[in-house]
Amino acid sequence: MNVSPLLQVRGLKKYFPIKAGFFNKIVGQVKAVDGVTFDLYPGECLGLVGESGSGKTTVGRTLLRALSPTDGEIIFSVNGQSYNLATVSEGVLRPLRQHMQMIFQDPYSSLNPRMTVADIIGEPLLVNGVINRSEREARVSELLEQVGLKTEHLRRYPHAFSGGQRQRIGIARALALRPTLIVADEPVSALDVSVQAQVLNLLQDLQESFHLTYLFIAHDLSVVGHISDRIAVMYAGRLVELGATEELLDQPKHPYTEALLAAVPIPDPSLNRDRRLLSGEVADPANLPTGCVFHPRCPHAEDRCKTEVPDLREVTPGHFARCYFA
Amino acid sequence: MSPLNRRRLAIFKANHRGMVSLVIFCLLFLLSLFAEVIANDKPVLVFFEGKILFPVFTAYPETHFGGEFPTEADYKDPYVMELVQAKGNAVWPPIHYSYDTVAKSETAERRALTPPSKAHWLGTDDQSRDVVARLIYGFRTAVLFGLVLTLFSGIVGVTAGAVQGFFGGWIDLGFQRFMEIWQSIPTLYLVIILSSVIRISFWWLLGILLIFSWMRYVGMVRAEFLRARNLDFVRAARALGVSDLVIMFRHVLPNAMVATITFLPFNLSAAITTLTGLGVLGFGLPPGTPSLGEMIVQGRNNIQAPWLGLTSFFTLAILLVLLIFIGEAIRDAFDPRKTLVSNQDQLS
Repeated sequence: MNVSPLLQVRGLKKYFPIKAGFFNKIVGQVKAVDGVTFDLYPGECLGLVGESGSGKTTVGRTLLRALSPTDGEIIFSVNGQSYNLATVSEGVLRPLRQHMQMIFQDPYSSLNPRMTVADIIGEPLLVNGVINRSEREARVSELLEQVGLKTEHLRRYPHAFSGGQRQRIGIARALALRPTLIVADEPVSALDVSVQAQVLNLLQDLQESFHLTYLFIAHDLSVVGHISDRIAVMYAGRLVELGATEELLDQPKHPYTEALLAAVPIPDPSLNRDRRLLSGEVADPANLPTGCVFHPRCPHAEDRCKTEVPDLREVTPGHFARCYFA
Repeated sequence: MSPLNRRRLAIFKANHRGMVSLVIFCLLFLLSLFAEVIANDKPVLVFFEGKILFPVFTAYPETHFGGEFPTEADYKDPYVMELVQAKGNAVWPPIHYSYDTVAKSETAERRALTPPSKAHWLGTDDQSRDVVARLIYGFRTAVLFGLVLTLFSGIVGVTAGAVQGFFGGWIDLGFQRFMEIWQSIPTLYLVIILSSVIRISFWWLLGILLIFSWMRYVGMVRAEFLRARNLDFVRAARALGVSDLVIMFRHVLPNAMVATITFLPFNLSAAITTLTGLGVLGFGLPPGTPSLGEMIVQGRNNIQAPWLGLTSFFTLAILLVLLIFIGEAIRDAFDPRKTLVSNQDQLS
């Protein structure tokens, strides 16, 4: 790709200390994110998948500096300038926040139950200096229409809305400052299947009209396959495979991705499938296996996998995998 | 008014018991605020030589009315009243006694411990003072004391709890340990010790109780802040670049205030109970000050005069019950899940 990336993530690490004893001595570390590297190009949607505990959400939160990374670089390019979000001070970060927003998983806890829709969506505007009340409300009404809600909902409280409608309010809030990057942290996992499709289509429509860049975090491959241009697969805090959506779904290179794809349910009981079920448990990020983190569960594992850590290498152009057999 | 507060007001009004309690309480408190013109040993108005005088607010010497002494006129003295009525008239308050007026019969005998009568609606106490008059002034002192104490300890307690809960970590840990030590200081002994050194006044007592009573607010506010600081909507506000102070006051505090506001009337009643309790023990307001506690002591010392004990008992009981009913209505009004129609739905 010739376009310069919007976000360059290099060797991102986030360790959480495990404290024990009276003096809170640090006795270990949970390596939630352990050396994640990828680029995010303007206007694309990168899907980030992985099972629970693989570090997807931590990556998302760290990118927006809701958590401070332990190590690594997050180069964010906006208005022709580059900032390393991993190290910038809070003062530099605050004005940058309007360019990057987050959509949360749980539409129930992500909206303040004591604020009206007008106040919730209007808050980012208020923070950024739109003091005039009528001006703010006009803008909020516009945003409500863009996410498919009605202007008369303005004065209502979140409890009066369904899960899908609440998620739309959350999306409107994220859009209020016209951000370039949106980290969507499992935005549809908490919704009914029928509503999931509506919200996904809304996200796609908004991406087109506002040239948004998404980092779309999910654990559902069919959802990610629907919306993403490229997919990154995480396992135990590391990226194991990264590639264009069709290629990754049709020809997975990493055995973990193969297993994930085999686990996607197909609503056809007569279909006889080759099911590759994984044995064993997800690697414990506080006590990672040596070598390739996936080797204890890998059907192809050899001795080399137990000692050496494979690199994320480019198998075919634009398709990366962290496996010796890819 | 914001729609939320309008809704709260509507729910509050829909609770008849709470509403009636609030009206009665406000009425009683308002009346007690005008104690000087309800129960006083001076006329409210005196028409004298074509002028209107206000003896309650201005002290007129006896000589003003043509008497002999340059001291303030004693309007209870038949001689002074004769002088006044010769050239004008006087309008008396409904109760002709102030809290410290010593009631005397026509023969100038003290009328201690007289049962309720036309002259003394609730009788007199053992120092010949009118019980109704003392009740009105005592009620006012108690409610004012409670309100001021609740307000100040609320401000201090909520701020302390908010800071602890929001920042957590070492601030929280340190503050909690400090409070544990602070809480172990017995308030009552401090009051007793101090009362032997200084003359305890209204403000002294308020100050001493304040430095301990703020802690009752900390627990709830701290817990709410600890819970709320990791909620997604607080995270969202952070992601939007909202400052800590604004997050604390705009997002977390309103969610944390329900428990606090709900408890305010209950804390008010607790403050009144504390003041009364100290009064019973003799460590309350200075001697002579009309207070419910002092009246309870009189009731105990003079069982043969049951109007003393009964009056103080019913006053305290009614006051506390009113506050609790108001508290319940406020709690319902602040419940976000409470809807106006739900009451009718449940009935049908």
